Amino acid sequence: MKARRLGAWIAIAIGASYFIIPLLGTLEFSLRMRRDAYSFDAYRSVFSDFQFRETFGYSMLMAFFTIIFGMLLVVPTAYWVRLRLPQVRPVIEFITLLPLVIPAIVIVFGYLRLYNSSSFLPLTGSTSGTNTLLMFSYMTLSLPYMYRAVDTAMRAIDVRTLTEAAESLGAKWPTILFRCIFPNVMSGVLSGAFITFAIVMGEFTMAALLNRPAFGPYLQLVGANKAYEPSALAVIAFAITWLSMGLIQLVSRFQKSAPAKA
Amino acid sequence: MAFLQLTNIQKSFGPVQVVHNFDMGIDKGEFVSFLGPSGCGKTTILRMIAGFETPSGGSIFIDGKDQGTLKPNQRNIGMVFQAYALFPNMNVHDNVAFGLKVAGAAKAEIAARVKQMLGLIKLEHLADRFPYQLSGGQQQRVALARALAVKPQVLLLDEPLSALDAKIRISLREEIRQIQQQLGITTVFVTHDQEEALSISDRIVVMNAGRADQIGSPFEIYNTPATRFVASFVGTLNIIEGKVADPASGAVTIGGQRISLKEPIAGAKDGDSISLALRPEAGSIAEGARGDTALPGQVVSRSFLGSVIRTKLRVGEDIISFDMFNDPGMTPPVAGENVTLRFAARDLLVIRE
Repeated sequence: MKARRLGAWIAIAIGASYFIIPLLGTLEFSLRMRRDAYSFDAYRSVFSDFQFRETFGYSMLMAFFTIIFGMLLVVPTAYWVRLRLPQVRPVIEFITLLPLVIPAIVIVFGYLRLYNSSSFLPLTGSTSGTNTLLMFSYMTLSLPYMYRAVDTAMRAIDVRTLTEAAESLGAKWPTILFRCIFPNVMSGVLSGAFITFAIVMGEFTMAALLNRPAFGPYLQLVGANKAYEPSALAVIAFAITWLSMGLIQLVSRFQKSAPAKA
Repeated sequence: MAFLQLTNIQKSFGPVQVVHNFDMGIDKGEFVSFLGPSGCGKTTILRMIAGFETPSGGSIFIDGKDQGTLKPNQRNIGMVFQAYALFPNMNVHDNVAFGLKVAGAAKAEIAARVKQMLGLIKLEHLADRFPYQLSGGQQQRVALARALAVKPQVLLLDEPLSALDAKIRISLREEIRQIQQQLGITTVFVTHDQEEALSISDRIVVMNAGRADQIGSPFEIYNTPATRFVASFVGTLNIIEGKVADPASGAVTIGGQRISLKEPIAGAKDGDSISLALRPEAGSIAEGARGDTALPGQVVSRSFLGSVIRTKLRVGEDIISFDMFNDPGMTPPVAGENVTLRFAARDLLVIRE
């Protein structure tokens, strides 16, 4: 019994080392910009770079709009499928999984072909149009995560009965959706939002091919031209992702602390 | 026309017809229970009244107004669900106030009405609690207050007590009845629990396979079941198979014994098979027991049920159960003992199929 437990611990230690040692190496390297001493010079350099602030701000803004529009698309869809069209649920699930199996580069080439400046909808013909296209492409990329997070949250509440209860009390659809359903799936929406945020902040292909000043292409640019700053940026990117994951945990724990009593 | 009038209601789901030509009028302030097993169509009728299902045929009128074209949120019907259906993001006060806010009531009116409703269900002190902080019984009382807050024309209760434990069920059903009588609200209650239906209803509709087998007061339903299904579903009943000996005088034979029902058996002729029903509490084997009819039999088994002892007796080919009140001084019959079961002939009911 003890030998088996020891084996399990060794397996965990090997697995953890595989992930943690490269991270520690990156962190350590990012602190060695100054010769013979550890310092935050690389981080200082990154934060003082105008392009960093510009691209980081741009991606933050894109993440914000992606989350808002993603919520407006996914929550009513998941709600309607659960309430009225349960038979099409497998189809919707399949569609939401497509971004995982179709490479981003294929999707973006499709966009460029469909929405180029000489097409019927020339989104790439203007900056605002391209930004809109990029936001929708981010929505597509985050769809598998957003839909599942919201759908799981809806599974936890009795959507049909809550809807009928609200209807019997005189409520119309907007009231039902925004006052009875939305607040009760907020933990799922927030989980989806944090994942979306992490995806948007690190995404490279879409932003690079649509030629927008996002954080992902900036990471690549710095990585190709500097020595210590890329490591600092990698650590920053990991910190953002972990912060998002931590917030997902926090939100889901908050939801678990409020179960319905029988 | 009754206050709530259901006329020739039909409902089909695909090729399956779940409600067949249902007719009923419910008076204002009446408490009617729909009683039946799962899948008999009782909840479907309730959902059609609420507007959640559209009838395949027939009409529903409330207070003389056709409900056919109205959506659920236009019908002014209060509904209480088995699963409580309180909004988890709102506290008790906000749950009860929800319908009033939707209707655009003034703040002062909302506050007064919510206070009144919470007083009615005796939960004023829990106004700030969220649903997950309440017990099942408390949640269902809040659901009741929420449904009543909007002053509905009709209150629909869809098995509201099914998810509660036995003790709370009894106290809450009494509370529901008391509130219903206090407010004089027309109420339709769906249940599969006969005791619930018998104890709180003005009238009971016994549903079987999408049809109303019998509509009547609890007393009528229990004492004079119209069909074999009603007899078997409501209460415990002995179904005894007999043969008609003389339809004019009401004579039948049971296990070779000739007995008289004291009234003619309509539509029967000599030698016809006949089903008769006898409640367990109608018979007795005690010395000096009253009853104009006697059937000799042999004790097969007995069960101790607390307040009563139920004994099974073989009479000819039939097994008849009868109850004796528990008395610590009594000597209960033992298996194999030959006894005589006495009962009044008027307690034997002729059962239609």
